[in-house]
Amino acid sequence: MSHDESQHTIVERLDALYEYDREPVAGKKLHGHKTFIAMFAGEHVAGTEFVLGPLMLAHGVTATDFLGGLLVGNLLAVLSWALLCAPVAVRTRLTIYWQLRKMCGPYITVAYSVFYAIVLCLLAGAMVNVSVTAVSLVFPGIQNPGPQDMFPSVPWMLLALVVGSVIAILAVLGFEKLAQFSKICAPWMALVFLSAGMAVLPMLDVHSFGEIWPAFKERIFTGEPLPGFSKYTFWHVMGFAWLCNATQHIGMSDVTIFRYARKWTSGFASAFGMYIGHFLAWIASAILCAAAMGNTTPGEIALLGAGVAGAVCVVIAGWTTANPTLYRAGLAIQVATPNWQRWKVTFAAGAFMVITACIPDVNRNLDRIVGFYGLFFMPLGACIFIDVWILPRLGMVSNYIEKTGKLLSWPALLAWIISFGFSFFMYAKDHYAWMNKLVAPWQPDWLAAIKVDLLFMVGPEWILAVSLYLFFSWLQQRRHPASTNS
Amino acid sequence: MNNILKLISFTGLALTLIPGALVLIGVIDNSLQYTLMLIGMVAWFSSAPFWMHSTSLDDN
Repeated sequence: MSHDESQHTIVERLDALYEYDREPVAGKKLHGHKTFIAMFAGEHVAGTEFVLGPLMLAHGVTATDFLGGLLVGNLLAVLSWALLCAPVAVRTRLTIYWQLRKMCGPYITVAYSVFYAIVLCLLAGAMVNVSVTAVSLVFPGIQNPGPQDMFPSVPWMLLALVVGSVIAILAVLGFEKLAQFSKICAPWMALVFLSAGMAVLPMLDVHSFGEIWPAFKERIFTGEPLPGFSKYTFWHVMGFAWLCNATQHIGMSDVTIFRYARKWTSGFASAFGMYIGHFLAWIASAILCAAAMGNTTPGEIALLGAGVAGAVCVVIAGWTTANPTLYRAGLAIQVATPNWQRWKVTFAAGAFMVITACIPDVNRNLDRIVGFYGLFFMPLGACIFIDVWILPRLGMVSNYIEKTGKLLSWPALLAWIISFGFSFFMYAKDHYAWMNKLVAPWQPDWLAAIKVDLLFMVGPEWILAVSLYLFFSWLQQRRHPASTNS
Repeated sequence: MNNILKLISFTGLALTLIPGALVLIGVIDNSLQYTLMLIGMVAWFSSAPFWMHSTSLDDN
């Protein structure tokens, strides 16, 4: 088989995989706000909430910075869903796959799928890790990895293998029923978080609702980072709350969901996910961490706050989110594995997931990983926004690649690489020794003076991506107008 | 039947949330809270799946 034929086959196979949702959603299949409220409230109370709240605490945020940052960052996330993602979805009514396919061509879409699969496996692994920290409580001889451990003990790894295998088997057997089960768990899990958070407050010398705020300021969010963690401010918390689902909102992957919305205003339903999952649950899990004297192990802090119900909540929270994540990863990897059946692909993704679960550093740096994940995929969402709304208003055509029959959108590719590369460079030059060594000899003073965190780059990267895509599209369409090529 | 199941479910949710608040104001201790939350969990999961049907986006 020649290289071209092989490439062609991959594209055809990918198209076939998503064939069933090739057409825009028909009017009779549209849903109102209630469906999206339930969906968001269910999906954003997950295993990772047990990790991210304590991580913010470990980074030494103050009470005002934490609450203020979460309020503003989550508001920005909701507005991104409501004003950027949902309007595009309602206008085109296509999945992210077909939206990219028409706008960027098959190669970028394949690259997107493969990278997305890798990130999903990492996230699924983080969730397995969360579940195992609770399952291990049943076995007194198996200790959860400590803050300085590079790897867990062999028995802990075997437990992760068992939990990961169960998750992989269930992901192979069926996704729909698990998705339904996770929605049933969601209201109960949210209340477990809240109840556990309240129940540990007396351990922090809080004995009435009126004493909560002073305790927040003086004893819980002390502003002192734990050893080995950098200091976070309002801007870090705000940036992280906005960035942690950036792939879904400004990265546009949730057009796949909102294409079923009757009105674009359903995008505001995301507020239920953000303010229950990424506000209340993060605050509760941070309080649990403070009560456990800085212990960030999800299973142990949940057991402290809610007993057996808490430990079960951690297992379920990790499990119900790892399952669909692994299923989606399998779907994405299937593109690159020509003759593999779905179960083989899912088990391959599962093996990667288990390995990830056995690396405690993944959870310790989950905020960084989620940050990179958001920044990496976001530029393509920015390109979609420009392609759908702005190009037609400037007399250019949308979906240029589909209309001209080309295979690759170089404006989208360059906008993606340059804008993510810019964010990575600005962060890496001060945070990675190898990059610092490369840059330090030649960087001018003004560049050296700019020190930014990854979490601050959402806005600048989005602006850079839209500007580049707009400029490159103008160049492309001026030289080769769509009408003369199609 | 559905109403009875819903009553059990909401009792389960109440038994999940309220004990935490009662511990905070010093009415009950942690061990009773753990037991009540466990009962709440059993009540929720033994009733909610029978009436709580989530809507799949492909429905209609």
